[in-house]
Amino acid sequence: MISFENVSVRYAGATSDALTDVKLVLPPGEFCLVVGPTGSGKTTLLGAATGHVPHFTGGLLRGRVLVGGRDTRTHPPRELADVVGTVGQRPMDGFVTDSVEDELAFVMESLALEPAVMRRRVEETLDLLGLADVRRKSLAELSSGQQQRVAIGAALTAHPQVLVLDEPTSALDPGAAEDVLAALHRLVHDLGVTVLLSEHRLERVVQYADSVLSLTGPGDPVRYGPPGEVLAESLVVPPVVALGKLAGWSPLPVSVRDARRLAPALVQRLEDVAPAVQESSAAKPPTGDPLLSAHGVWQRYRNGPAVLRGVDLDVHAGEVLAIMGRNGAGKSTLLAALQGGLRPERGTVTLDGDPVHGVSARARRRLVSLVPQEPGDLLYLDTVEAECAQADSESGIAPGSTLALLTRLIPGLLTETDPRDLSEGQRLSLVVAIQLAGGPRVILLDEPTRGLDYAAKDRLTEMLTGLARTGTAVALTSHDVEFVAATADRVAVLSDGEVITDAPTAEVVLSSPTYAPQVAKILAPGTWLTVRQVEAVLRVGDPLHSARDRAGRADQTDVLSVPEALR
Amino acid sequence: MAWWVWALGLAAAASRTTNPLLLLLLVAVAAFVVAARRPMTTWARGFRAYLIFGLVVVAIRTVFHIVLGGGYGETVLVWLPEIVLPEWSAGIRIGGAVTAEGLASAVYDGMRLATLLVCVGAAVTLADPRRLLKSLPGALYEAGLVVVVAVSMAPALIESAVRVRRARQLRGTSARGFRAFRSIAMPVLDQALGRAVALAAAMDARGYGRVGSLTVGARRTSAALLLAGLLGLCLAGYGLLDAATPGSVAVPALVVGVAASVIGLVVGSRRMVRSRYRPDRFDLRSALVAVCGLAIAALFVLTEMSGDPVSHPSTFPLVWPQLALLPLVGTAIAALPGIASTPVEPPASETVRGSAENLAVSVQTAKGISAR
Repeated sequence: MISFENVSVRYAGATSDALTDVKLVLPPGEFCLVVGPTGSGKTTLLGAATGHVPHFTGGLLRGRVLVGGRDTRTHPPRELADVVGTVGQRPMDGFVTDSVEDELAFVMESLALEPAVMRRRVEETLDLLGLADVRRKSLAELSSGQQQRVAIGAALTAHPQVLVLDEPTSALDPGAAEDVLAALHRLVHDLGVTVLLSEHRLERVVQYADSVLSLTGPGDPVRYGPPGEVLAESLVVPPVVALGKLAGWSPLPVSVRDARRLAPALVQRLEDVAPAVQESSAAKPPTGDPLLSAHGVWQRYRNGPAVLRGVDLDVHAGEVLAIMGRNGAGKSTLLAALQGGLRPERGTVTLDGDPVHGVSARARRRLVSLVPQEPGDLLYLDTVEAECAQADSESGIAPGSTLALLTRLIPGLLTETDPRDLSEGQRLSLVVAIQLAGGPRVILLDEPTRGLDYAAKDRLTEMLTGLARTGTAVALTSHDVEFVAATADRVAVLSDGEVITDAPTAEVVLSSPTYAPQVAKILAPGTWLTVRQVEAVLRVGDPLHSARDRAGRADQTDVLSVPEALR
Repeated sequence: MAWWVWALGLAAAASRTTNPLLLLLLVAVAAFVVAARRPMTTWARGFRAYLIFGLVVVAIRTVFHIVLGGGYGETVLVWLPEIVLPEWSAGIRIGGAVTAEGLASAVYDGMRLATLLVCVGAAVTLADPRRLLKSLPGALYEAGLVVVVAVSMAPALIESAVRVRRARQLRGTSARGFRAFRSIAMPVLDQALGRAVALAAAMDARGYGRVGSLTVGARRTSAALLLAGLLGLCLAGYGLLDAATPGSVAVPALVVGVAASVIGLVVGSRRMVRSRYRPDRFDLRSALVAVCGLAIAALFVLTEMSGDPVSHPSTFPLVWPQLALLPLVGTAIAALPGIASTPVEPPASETVRGSAENLAVSVQTAKGISAR
């Protein structure tokens, strides 16, 4: 259905290829998952399949891409619209009309289909994707999961043979992501659509995939094959595969269900050595007075319903608190209120007993600092160095301090780079460095994991747990259960503007199927959350390592910061 | 569609008078109909902004007159300190006498402009411009879509400006002036550009601008015809709205313009490779709404042509503006849609039913489907 014949892509002005000599034939009806670290060419590969590269992006494409028998050299994307459907990362950016039905019909209008056919297909698509009850709503009113399903539907009404999706679930909460993926799964089974999908959070998708295409980096050959085989050698793997590798399972399981059947032996091994470890590594309940605390915080948008309804939340020095909940549950608003940038209508937010909104923005920066959801909002200068210098003067610290901090976070970053050219992970680190420059006692992060690959997320985990060890209080919002399980000491779940759960991480994620990380699902009823924990326990059980590790295992954060030998 | 005709009729009426009472009446009619018939969509919440904008226009016009205005008239209200300008700036002066007559004419003029704005606001509020696209001739569709998409970028721009401003506070910057402007403008423009590129890519991927099997020559002729048609429409509009154009020029321009546009659009549309999903039906009610708009425009034009001073009350000497029967009847007719038609339903709901069902439904609700 899609065939790449010796395809190489080089963008204008680049000195090396973004894709090198890709040979690939994708049979019809296959669900193919594209994996690889940031910058490995995933987006370029997907773009080449839709004709977006090079017709829209520019650059030089050598070789030939055939989609449904059409050559992308002679067919720009608009002439491929009836063969390929494209879905992007942010559905709102791609919407042309403003109501659900019109959006679904747009591509069919372009294809000049008969009105009767259009009506029928719109109805079919509404049912297929479960959108029938929102058909009359304006697109802006939909939840992000619904928006993403509309975007898929809008591509689907053209009855394309191929659907290309670039990280379609990256902005979604776990529940909404499930909905979208289940809808895709149905398409592959019922309609025989060929799906090419890229995703960073493999744990969400890999069980649906028929094959995996692994990119390692520009210049390296791509690997294509059944998920188990390809992931065994891939740089990026979901926790289930990492656990399988650790336990030496063969064939390597890619779904939680497969893994669970192989798990009993591992659980037994873990339980033999675990009790001692578990006791000592159980999360300590927060002690002492809270550093930052919110009491009965109410907040509403102008004329809108209340977003926060009497939230009580404490953040203690030296802990990492994760705030989870559906899209639109009020997480970002809560962070803004905690930072003091938003004055709550009712209730108070206090730092060490003093209200935070009385303080000027400049002074507050040294007490509570917030990394917003779009880190780019904070950046406006031309080079990384200039941004750092600006941060020095803003925080009134010695010149060069921010840059030194940044170098500790990510060594080897070129200071002359334009911040807009950085990868998501690097940009996040830059903003974190800027926001830490004032030496705040509390740092808040809004959705810091969006668009990060596993390696970048691991670095973020190390960075945040390291900060917490030095006595800074860290609070973050996230949809990423694996990241939260590895990073947070405590989880608060927000729903409809109220805190419905506030407890140690293990307790929260183990009690809910939506929030349970893969390792916990596989090793249930055990209480291990991450591959690292399992690895640490196994080392303890291993007589060669036990003597050395026994000293360090008293402190859970030490166990977590063991460099991961798996990568 | 009908609402746009109605609102443009109102606007045409407003452009034909400087009588403040009539203008206030027109604004009142627009506000009344909007209040009664506005749909619950995001577009519909902006009417108040148009009203405020109208007031700002009047204020600016007045201030300009006070500071820069020519001082004809005898009833001097205030003497402002006058700055003596050199000889070559004849006709421009700063400060000096502010007369009641001059002030009145400035306010009337400002009000006329403000009323035009409010009429456009009413049109946007009552009928989402995106839906107007559905009623445009096919040949205009692509150009129209670009305009609509550009207009709807504005809310996104405002949203990202608000976000960036909040983010700036997080950095604790106290920069003012150019630096502050830069720290907001750079990220906002960056994001706007990113969004525009993403949207263009999405439209491209979904077949926008597909040429299908048309030859290059056919595309060029239809483009040329379309351009000629648009020019014709502009000419016709100008002839219609500008009272200063003599009739001997306006009438032929109107005829030629309308003819050119009709030919251009018909030929251009026939060559379009697009179809329409559930186009809006132009039913009896829509026609009535449109007729109401045309009626008020016609009555105001008639009043003006008859030389009745009610259209342009004299400001020198200053007299209290009068009202007359004809324009009053006009405004009453224009207000009718506010009572007679049903509320404009949110998009897509009204075109669901076929005409037979439509009848049944209208009998049941005694209202029928909205007039748009």
